[in-house]
Amino acid sequence: MKLVIINYGAGNIKSIQFAFKRLGVDAVLSNNTEEIKAADKVIFPGVGEAKSAMLMLKSTGLDTLIPNLTQPVLGICLGMQLMCKSSEEGNTKGLGIFNVDVKRFSNQVKVPQMGWNTISELKSPLFKGIKEDEFMYLVHSFYAESCNEQIATTNYELHYASALQKDNFYGVQFHPEKSSVAGEQILKNFLEL
Amino acid sequence: MLTKRIIPCLDIKNGRTVKGVNFVDLRDAGDPVELAKQYALKGADELVFLDISATLEGRKTRIEMVLKVAEQVNIPFTVGGGISSIADVDVLLQSGADKVSINSSAVKRPELINELANKFGSQCVVVAIDAKNINGNWMVHLAGGTIPTELNLFDWAKEVEQRGAGEILFTSMDNDGTKDGFANEALAKLSEELNIPIIASGGAGTIQHFIDTFKIGKSDAALAASVFHFGEIPILDLKEALKKENIPVRL
Repeated sequence: MKLVIINYGAGNIKSIQFAFKRLGVDAVLSNNTEEIKAADKVIFPGVGEAKSAMLMLKSTGLDTLIPNLTQPVLGICLGMQLMCKSSEEGNTKGLGIFNVDVKRFSNQVKVPQMGWNTISELKSPLFKGIKEDEFMYLVHSFYAESCNEQIATTNYELHYASALQKDNFYGVQFHPEKSSVAGEQILKNFLEL
Repeated sequence: MLTKRIIPCLDIKNGRTVKGVNFVDLRDAGDPVELAKQYALKGADELVFLDISATLEGRKTRIEMVLKVAEQVNIPFTVGGGISSIADVDVLLQSGADKVSINSSAVKRPELINELANKFGSQCVVVAIDAKNINGNWMVHLAGGTIPTELNLFDWAKEVEQRGAGEILFTSMDNDGTKDGFANEALAKLSEELNIPIIASGGAGTIQHFIDTFKIGKSDAALAASVFHFGEIPILDLKEALKKENIPVRL
């Protein structure tokens, strides 16, 4: 199993690498096109700001590589948001893998949403063995709208898509690497896809 | 529904927990990694490591500790203590910390908050504020409450939010160590005036204090040290009690 975590300078990739290590898999950090293409599974992480993250992807050509990958790809947090059509954060055009827009929570609620919330309406092998309303750790100010490609939903101010899937592309808004035993199960499920 | 968080705080010096810890099933109560793993198993939602090491050697040990915690613990954690630059934060985040907490350095140079939020994102910037109620005015203090400043708690908290902090950790120096409950009036005011999460700290003694800080103090999270370390309040019992009061918790 060759697992690559795309390393483009955005976010806390060490935690993701450690989480896979706890599952017995050594993940390689890489921004090399050939190495990413050759991987069995790809993780697309991201923490930070959408516009600058997108610029980093463009500067390395990863913006054209990622949508053309054919193996299972898992976007986490900002990674998932960048796989969407657009984001209100910096009016950023995304990779357009998921046909959905990313919006900002209003000031009716505290922003960022920070902490443990439930994921529901689970429908994907990614959630094998995960019970409805399981708790996941989230920290984000922007969300993907509820849509056809959603495979999990969460409520915060409104009902939004907390996980997405299209073909070989998966995206989760929460941090499975920080979501205790259930989060590790989701990473394990991804490895088994 | 987003749940209220329970956060044990570990005081660290030179890679060891400093305040007494009395955990029956710990092999080494002074080992922060061991303790963190236990807390993750026992229902803690997040952890805070407050590192008071002042020496260069202590700082190196801190990075090793952060790496070990990130390697072995599957819940989020914050590291605080003596952080004053982008470089300090960079190495902690690269080592696997989820958030950093800054305090005195933000008061001395408030632009640091903007710089950190722009570089790393607001989600990892916690600003810790220590304050004392002096004749009805909540005044910000530094160095563990020993040095008073001219800053009013609520003005400073608003400035901190505007500069890009993702969260505020408010410790009432009047309540800290008393086990008489959290400073709920000030906490509620912070929650009403600000739009970022507020962590309550200082004064936890009983389960009722936690119920009160979530209901009356409108806190998003509650932090405590000794009541958890000495097993006075087991986290799972606390969460069961909160749930009975219809306070949303992760159980």
